[in-house]
Amino acid sequence: MADTEYATGARFFRALLRQKKAATGAVILLFFLALALLAPLAFPGDPTRFVARQNQAPSARHLLGTNGQGQDVLAQLALGARTSLFVGFSVGFLITLLGLAIGMTAGYLGGLADGLLNTFTNVFLIIPALPLLITLASFLPPGATTVALVLTATSWAWPARVFRAQTLSLREKDFVAAALASGEGSRRIIFAEILPNMLSLVVSSFFGNVVYAIGADVGLAFLGFEDLNKVSWGTMLYWSQNNSALLTGSWWTFVPPGLCVALVAFAMTMLIYAIDEITNPRLRSEKEIAGVLKKLGLGQRRSTPVLPYGNER
Amino acid sequence: MKYVLRQLGLYLLAAWVSVTLNFVLPRTMPGDPVTALVGKMRGRLDPQAIEALKATFGFTKGPLIQQYWQYLSHVMRGDFGLSLSAYPVKVTTIISTALGWTLLLGLVVIVLSFVIGTALGVLVGWKRGGLLDSILPGFLSFVGSFPYFFLAMLALFGLGFELKWFPMAHAYSDALSPSMSWAFVGSVLYHLVLPAGTVILVSVGGWLIGMRSTMVGVLAEDYVTMAEAKGLSERRVMYRYAARNAILPNMTQFGMSIGFVFGGQILTEIVFSYPGLGFYLVRAVNAHDYPLMQALFLMITLAILVANFIMDLLYVRLDPRVRAS
Repeated sequence: MADTEYATGARFFRALLRQKKAATGAVILLFFLALALLAPLAFPGDPTRFVARQNQAPSARHLLGTNGQGQDVLAQLALGARTSLFVGFSVGFLITLLGLAIGMTAGYLGGLADGLLNTFTNVFLIIPALPLLITLASFLPPGATTVALVLTATSWAWPARVFRAQTLSLREKDFVAAALASGEGSRRIIFAEILPNMLSLVVSSFFGNVVYAIGADVGLAFLGFEDLNKVSWGTMLYWSQNNSALLTGSWWTFVPPGLCVALVAFAMTMLIYAIDEITNPRLRSEKEIAGVLKKLGLGQRRSTPVLPYGNER
Repeated sequence: MKYVLRQLGLYLLAAWVSVTLNFVLPRTMPGDPVTALVGKMRGRLDPQAIEALKATFGFTKGPLIQQYWQYLSHVMRGDFGLSLSAYPVKVTTIISTALGWTLLLGLVVIVLSFVIGTALGVLVGWKRGGLLDSILPGFLSFVGSFPYFFLAMLALFGLGFELKWFPMAHAYSDALSPSMSWAFVGSVLYHLVLPAGTVILVSVGGWLIGMRSTMVGVLAEDYVTMAEAKGLSERRVMYRYAARNAILPNMTQFGMSIGFVFGGQILTEIVFSYPGLGFYLVRAVNAHDYPLMQALFLMITLAILVANFIMDLLYVRLDPRVRAS
């Protein structure tokens, strides 16, 4: 059990904080969370109200200028963070939950139930998500609930597959056999024995799902399949495109929201890499060996290095 | 063989699910979409067209199972009815022209991003810890976190609008008509640069990182040490020994990525007004052109399923272990 040592509780998170990648990711993410939380205080009032002439370039009065409808871009950006992050995190959570439920059930039960659930998962995995998303979104009434439901329904399959594989391999471990032999029930084995041992996988999958959800939400809004009166990063991009920002040269209406989406996704990706590095000893040792080699003046090596006696790790 | 059959079964099942979803979805809407549509068209449809429309959707008087059967037989015959937004053009006519553009863009993007990403991954994995290795993966994963269409907007604005290096819309110059002349082919390629380039830039990082990590694993193998010890040239060890074995796991992702790349492509087509399937899909949705929309959804889904299946067949050719099991 390579990851049990870290996977449980506080040590995992302490190790996470020591990582440079994790720190970068965490700082960016915290910045946006703070922005989302404090937005109503910093930018009181309706972000869709008319404040100045249309398409004005950034100035001291309006730090990010105004958009094609004469609205303040910075205020929209800050308040839009609330909508986009809320949708991203809640849908990411739902996807992870559904994936866990289906994947773990299949992996734990095995047999016919696994066969059926696994086929079901695979079918959903190969049906492309975006066309299905667009078609679903066009038939259902527009709104936040529709978006959340549709996004969850189209993207649980990948995490389910990952969780199933992990459950399958953990189920064969001795500690599960011991728990079974000591007469523990299925519920306890699933929640107290198997789940804590795949915590790192669940956390990184959650981050991945949040990234996906934010991106898909922005994409759907950009295509006009969401409530366009609501301010979010996606609707900002939609209005920017629809008010021909590209043809009037008002870059300040579409660069900031796109950059925010990218930064949040980047922060999450950094956290995922950091978790990978902590829980995968092979990646960690690669770094340590590189350090040792440098000290010995051996430079970069392609194959496994043969170290002089006394310097083995 | 068993593997191929199992995959084929899976794809057929997925195809059936999509076809059935296509049947069920319009029926979850309150009321009858055909009637709703006729209302929206404000009498511009003649009664014959309405009947034909109902027949294509399978919205007949009979019980649901009979409707489903009728719908299936229409799909089987490739009869998707007439487009409403471009009435009375056949849906299949619109699709056949759009399909070509989508295939062109999709193939260029998938092949180039795979080749470039894998080649860079080999280099970066080989010179681990080098200059390239410390810059490229980080940079590309940052670029990869941009939404596909946002990068497309940036490119359109910077290279198309500001610098006027590339055209801003369509698949070929408006002054030309499709023909097999050099001028036309050149124009098509010229119009392809930005849409393809942006999707490649976003998707190349995934290949690079995947290839790098399998390279790292393969380089630790004894046969690589052996090859080096034998004094083989660096190029030979890198390509013939390491890269060749590392590429296989990367190939498994190829099939999966087709769907994702296509998702990005739909959005890119919108930004560049590139007349592919994605462009028409969104246009059909906005115009409430349900026959066109349903046919496009099926077409796109089936195309991706077929592409995936071809990848599976290729994989069997490449990996003897799959063939043996």
